Amino acid sequence: MKIPNLNKPIYLLLQIFLMICLVQQVLAVEKLDYQLEPEQIAEDTYVFIGAKEDFSYENGGNIVNTGFIVTEQGVVVIDSGPSKRYGQQMREAISKVTNKPIIKILITHHHPDHFLGNQAFQDVPIYALAETIKLIKRDGDGFLDNLYRMSGPWMSGTDFSVVEIKALVLKQEKIANHTLKYFKFGGHTSADLVILDESTGVLFTGDLVFHNRTLTTPHADPENWLKSLDKIKAIDFNIIVPGHGEVANNIGPIEQTRDYLVWLESTIKQAVEHGLDMTEVLALPIPERFGSFGVLKREYIRSVSHRYPVYEKLIFN
Amino acid sequence: MNKFQHTFIFALYVSCFNFCFATSQVDPLDSPSWESMHSKILNNEPVIFDDRVQISMPDFAEDPMNVPVSVQVNNLENIEEIVIFADLNPIQKVLSFQPFHIKPYLSFRIKVEQSTPVRAAVRTSDGSWHVGGSWLEAAGGGCTAPSQGRAAGNWHETLMNVSSRSWIKNELGRVRFRIMHPMDTGLADGIPEFYLEYFDVVDAGGSVLAKITTYQPISENPVFTLDINKEILKPINLLGVDNNGNRLNAQIEN
Ligand SMILES: [Zn+2]
Repeated sequence: MKIPNLNKPIYLLLQIFLMICLVQQVLAVEKLDYQLEPEQIAEDTYVFIGAKEDFSYENGGNIVNTGFIVTEQGVVVIDSGPSKRYGQQMREAISKVTNKPIIKILITHHHPDHFLGNQAFQDVPIYALAETIKLIKRDGDGFLDNLYRMSGPWMSGTDFSVVEIKALVLKQEKIANHTLKYFKFGGHTSADLVILDESTGVLFTGDLVFHNRTLTTPHADPENWLKSLDKIKAIDFNIIVPGHGEVANNIGPIEQTRDYLVWLESTIKQAVEHGLDMTEVLALPIPERFGSFGVLKREYIRSVSHRYPVYEKLIFN
Repeated sequence: MNKFQHTFIFALYVSCFNFCFATSQVDPLDSPSWESMHSKILNNEPVIFDDRVQISMPDFAEDPMNVPVSVQVNNLENIEEIVIFADLNPIQKVLSFQPFHIKPYLSFRIKVEQSTPVRAAVRTSDGSWHVGGSWLEAAGGGCTAPSQGRAAGNWHETLMNVSSRSWIKNELGRVRFRIMHPMDTGLADGIPEFYLEYFDVVDAGGSVLAKITTYQPISENPVFTLDINKEILKPINLLGVDNNGNRLNAQIEN
């Protein structure tokens, strides 16, 4: 077959480009360094802000926000991240901020990017809502497979079944100079823990709130989620730490989460009622105001896959 | 699929770039199984890769048991049969659709076991196949998992029950219907294949509007969407059979 001359330089350039891409990927993966930098957002309070992306070989699953509060008695950690390695590096980063011991880990919900770092904290009591512990047992294996597939070598050594998690039953607790209030909400999953540090006014919402990052809905109950957003909005806070996306000092992220969720549900529901099939719903335009959200198209496709069948069942019954 | 595989596939694309440029007879999806699909499913008959044949589906399978797929054929006359297949599925043939008196549009859901091209091949009366399609990325597990009805054990209570809805939109009538059936592939341990084999879509005057032949990769409790001429005599009937001889005989009421 004759190869047109015109294409040869392009072909060569593409080859070189590909080689460079490969080399860069190999280097990033080999270091396996999450480069966690604690960001102070209030007195005694720090967060690690993850990328507004999907799990990948490049980010190693660092797509999530985790945090810690340095009380006079010791450090309380909120969520442990997507891998054993993340947990270890988080612990290392915390030790550069304070030499106080880590005394407690709180897990907001059962999604893998929030609890798979637990192994790095096995010497510390780890707490989650009782329902969350059940859900980890139910879905943990599937999550682990998925993350090994998507984040590859970053996951090595990560296992969830070896770590004991205790049920959090308290509504409130005073740890030295910090009073923590615990809210058992739901809707993103069937158990979502929201934590308010009354001493600083910092509110950790877990994944009930996303900020400039598209919501994930594999276990969502939108009706319950909206109710939880109302309750979160009623809480008196100064700073809000969403599960994904930037920290804020206003109700913006709550309203944004509600806006997208209401749009998503009403769009899919109406489309089903008007006779659109699933592929037609996937092709519907997404309003411009959501255009800057991270992972928009992919999460929209996922959500249609989760939510369309729910509404379809209603029209066939 | 991870980044390395993406890069690899991209590299494959690049390496075939010049070839694709030169002729349209080379598989634009560069599937390793194209040659075998061509002989096994299209009988080595003449093939044209044709943009008028469109598969619409997401580029990845969030739920490998239920991947939505629509096929649409535009401006192509004398269509005899539309065959849907997935090159790298353990069972490749998904469905055959013969639109006798109906628009060449059909949507349904499929089970996939791994990343694969999904294609529609349209045979026209001149004996050639017009082929369109795209790659679907999937982590797998769709074909080797037991159906939910099988797992719950209650599938027989509703077997072959049909629910439907219809709409009138811009001179066209649309029907969507669900047929209750486990659609077991036979690839899950200890569960024999058990699937709907075909059904005819028949109008009230007895004329067959379309014939749909279904294979194991069609999702459990299959849902189909068809666009029909709104003057069609109602009610429409669905008449078919599964591989165990159970009959489908349902009227679409509304
Ligand atoms: Zn989550």
